[in-house]
Amino acid sequence: MAHSARRDSPELPDLSLLKRLVRDQLIYLLEQLPGKKDLFIDSDLMSPLDRIANVSTLKQHEVDKLYKVEHKPIVSISDQICFLIRPRMQTVKWICDVVNADKAAGKFRRYKIIFTPQKFYACEAVLEEQGVFGDVTTDEWAFYLLPLDEDIISLELPEFFRDNFLAGDQRWVRTAGSALHLLHSLFGPFSKVYGIGRCSKMTYESWREQVEQGEQKARHAEIGNVFLIDRDVDFVTPLCSQVVYEGLVDDIFRIKCGCVEFGPEVTSSDKSIKVMLNSQDKVFNEIRNEHFSNVFGFLSQKARNLQTAYDKRRGMDIQQMKTFVSEELKGLKQEHRLLSLHISASESIMKKKTKQDFQELLKTEHCLLEGFEIRECISFIEEHINRQVSMIESLRLLCLLSVTENGLLPKDFKSLKAQYLQSYGADHLLTFSNLRQLGLLVEQQPGETLTVMESKVGKLVNDRTAVKLTDAFSSLAKKSHFRALSKKLNLVPKSDEEYDLRVPRDMAYIFSGAYIPLSCKIIEQVLERDGWTGLEEVTRLINGHEFAVTGADPKSKSDAQRIILVMFLGGCTFSEISALRFLGKERGYKFIVVTTAITNSSRLLEALLDNNV
Amino acid sequence: MMKSKADEEDYWNSSKYNAFTFDDADDELSALKETKKAVNSIGPLLAEDGEEDWERVSWSGEPVGSISWSVKEMAASNQRADREPAFPKISTETPSLGKSQSGISLSSLFKGETVIRSLLGDPSLRLYTPELRKPKSEYKDLVSDWSAEETVQRLQQGKGVTLEKFRSLQDKLLLLDLAVAAHDGNAITAVLIYLKRTLCKEVLFRELESRQTALRHFIHYLTENREQRLLLELLRALGRTEEAALLQYKDYKNIADENKRRDFLKSCLSLQFGGEDGNHVQDHYTLLERQIIIEAADRKAEREGKLEVFQKFPRKASILNMPLITTLYYCCFYHYNEPEQPAQRPKQYFTTALAARAKLKNWTDVDAMFNSRNWLGFSKKKSPLSFQRVVDILQKNSAPTRVLQEYVGLVSDAELRIGLAQKHKCHDIVINTYRDMKDRQQLAEYRKKVERGSAEERKIDELLSNQQIRWKN
Repeated sequence: MAHSARRDSPELPDLSLLKRLVRDQLIYLLEQLPGKKDLFIDSDLMSPLDRIANVSTLKQHEVDKLYKVEHKPIVSISDQICFLIRPRMQTVKWICDVVNADKAAGKFRRYKIIFTPQKFYACEAVLEEQGVFGDVTTDEWAFYLLPLDEDIISLELPEFFRDNFLAGDQRWVRTAGSALHLLHSLFGPFSKVYGIGRCSKMTYESWREQVEQGEQKARHAEIGNVFLIDRDVDFVTPLCSQVVYEGLVDDIFRIKCGCVEFGPEVTSSDKSIKVMLNSQDKVFNEIRNEHFSNVFGFLSQKARNLQTAYDKRRGMDIQQMKTFVSEELKGLKQEHRLLSLHISASESIMKKKTKQDFQELLKTEHCLLEGFEIRECISFIEEHINRQVSMIESLRLLCLLSVTENGLLPKDFKSLKAQYLQSYGADHLLTFSNLRQLGLLVEQQPGETLTVMESKVGKLVNDRTAVKLTDAFSSLAKKSHFRALSKKLNLVPKSDEEYDLRVPRDMAYIFSGAYIPLSCKIIEQVLERDGWTGLEEVTRLINGHEFAVTGADPKSKSDAQRIILVMFLGGCTFSEISALRFLGKERGYKFIVVTTAITNSSRLLEALLDNNV
Repeated sequence: MMKSKADEEDYWNSSKYNAFTFDDADDELSALKETKKAVNSIGPLLAEDGEEDWERVSWSGEPVGSISWSVKEMAASNQRADREPAFPKISTETPSLGKSQSGISLSSLFKGETVIRSLLGDPSLRLYTPELRKPKSEYKDLVSDWSAEETVQRLQQGKGVTLEKFRSLQDKLLLLDLAVAAHDGNAITAVLIYLKRTLCKEVLFRELESRQTALRHFIHYLTENREQRLLLELLRALGRTEEAALLQYKDYKNIADENKRRDFLKSCLSLQFGGEDGNHVQDHYTLLERQIIIEAADRKAEREGKLEVFQKFPRKASILNMPLITTLYYCCFYHYNEPEQPAQRPKQYFTTALAARAKLKNWTDVDAMFNSRNWLGFSKKKSPLSFQRVVDILQKNSAPTRVLQEYVGLVSDAELRIGLAQKHKCHDIVINTYRDMKDRQQLAEYRKKVERGSAEERKIDELLSNQQIRWKN
């Protein structure tokens, strides 16, 4: 990026400590079951596990064979079986089937279930119901946090979003609280905690209780401040197309656990390769936060530099050549490979995006964000649906329309829903029902037009009745008074100003200068004001549950006070991370993002389809 | 977005967002290709031992030694074993005990057991009980007389509890309310499981009605535990009939046989859906009913090989359970000229039919779709869809330039027309449009893009030297 980091930017704490801790714990757990054993792993735990241990670690602790949990009869012949799973009832039921089948066959083995990050009572109830309680031992592996990079930590719990926000099940609140507690005991004590959202509040409470119950050793804080934020505070941002390199790579190739698989179209060979994408990759590290339009320029400049570096070897004598080979060549080669890889990836992104009218799509999104030419947007979406262009993409646009417009007019809602069902199948009735429940895609109720009125009135009259009135309405309308928020926080820069993406002036650059992500803007404002004072209107529009608490008195203005842990409950996008990195550079902070999972529009919406459960 | 088409170029070229358009792709892409070439050509040095610092990866791209890789290997080696009968039959063999007990170990409890077991000489005697490992204090915990507060706290910490002592309704509800107050979903569900076992449905449902958080947990628990019947009862008892209806409707997914599925959908029609959902389910039913008829007839026709279209374009899949628009596309593809045609042709129909006929490269049908005669009998091309979109659909179905040209020419906005014409190499349209716009500069510029000595070049030269045109520049 063009601007250099502030010199006094504080150092990030070493998060790899988290990996070492969970690795040791896993080894301990495996040793609780001495002797050779086969290990069954939940498929969604495989990548996270890969980040902290490898096969030889497992083999060293007498794991014989590894299998994926597939909800089918097993073929293992080992007399000890260990299951490493997420606490899900259906998986436990399958294990009960395995045990009962063994019993019926007169086969005796030892079984152990290791639940991660914790066990649930409901899972143990299944063991009891199925008559295998006691035949199976259980344990917990407190694998709460996986550092994906030096400033990103993931709980790797994508189901957090659906369970908490759609089903209203608070089973993960304690988990989030424990994760925070772990960070607090390793890198705390925290001096300030800010937050917004119901789940954030509950997480804070859970964390606080755990701190009270545990003993706190006095130590030197490495992380000073914490910000908790619920995903449903801002649905607009994750519904937008990502145009920053890392986000774009995630939208197109899907980054899984910090690793991406580039297919033959990128590798230009017949095989795919998996690449870790993090700050260790020097080329990636320089372009990850860049708007895609800058990436080409950067890559070609890089290529030229590389050429120059290689050219140096011409005219070298033997001694010089020797030094060159031993000192520089390896680095250059590494860079060369990475460079070719990212060039090919960019090329592939360009091809894909030009094919699907990406430009028109972006234009529609920008219009929706601006509240401009809504009719045209609707007919664009309609056409998208009629032509059966990607089911998720159509849904995304519909939700973006609803969230920014505070619901669809009844006539539009009826017609778009009918067309959607005709194009993508009637079973999406269930999807629509989920989206309505979550407030992502709703029909404007006749009463709701009042909320617009009422928000104007609210500015004029500021007495208690107005507040009461507001509460009544906001519970009805639930979320998003996006237009009012956007105005209040200046989320959409004036369109007559030039926006130079090469020299971004604010976080809007991550959306081509069209929109500052609401989530990050709130964080910025609260940090700047050291609390919520002056943001009353904003929190009211978001529907509250904000808090700011001071804990341990910060001894001095130490560096730790400028390290801010932002915890997204329900997932965050790479674009938001990029925006926070930008903010950090501008203000001399460093952000560490903790998220229940990395999300994007597709993941968010796929979680709400009704094809699982 | 018909109206704004004209502004589109403007938008991208003048607004703040212009810094980035994917339509500049051609230029960017070629620049990128250059860079790529440059990078690839750097130093033959690399070709030699290029593999060394890459991670070793297997054929599937998984790093060798990674857990995902190992699991896949295992799955592959087990493929044959996979086909063995579901759960293995009773074997008379006694399982051999794990022999190797070596290795570093923090706990030696199990070793002890093995010894005992071999001493007893009866491997089937499973002496180990996990509880043995628990410290004594934990044992005490289990029998202790915990208060409701303590019980909930222990649930939160994942420790063992006994709930049986909470027998009065009051005690049970106190427990539930405390769990809710603790915001711990695990504890809430734990109490609910106990209440479900020890309270009759009527009382449980009644009490849950005023406890929304607990209710949502209960609904989620029943959903995950697949207790459909109880869930339906609950929803009905709460008067949430619309949700109950959807839940019941959802069951159609578990019915594979199409006739049974159709009958099931029919039975759903009497359910109390909310809003328009009843109509949507009715449509779903009607659609499947039709699909069953079409599928039977077409399968027969295909087998008998009487219809040419089925041989030329074999069906890729059955039409059963496809969405309405897919079914429409299918019908426009295989049954276009059959007598039963819809009288009204909304935009949705038009779009789909156009795509289907274009896919078949039946340009006559395509052409006919746009024909309309005015009252004087002149034929004029009309479309409910913007011609830009039409071009797009045709081009995606690889229509020849000759066909494309006709529709590109019908795009009303000049700028847009030029853009499309350039993209699809319809030189005549570009040239004529510049001529009509009297834009000499652009025309001269375009001359560079056409082939040397071609008819197009000659045409441009003629125009440029034509004295009668009043060029604007």
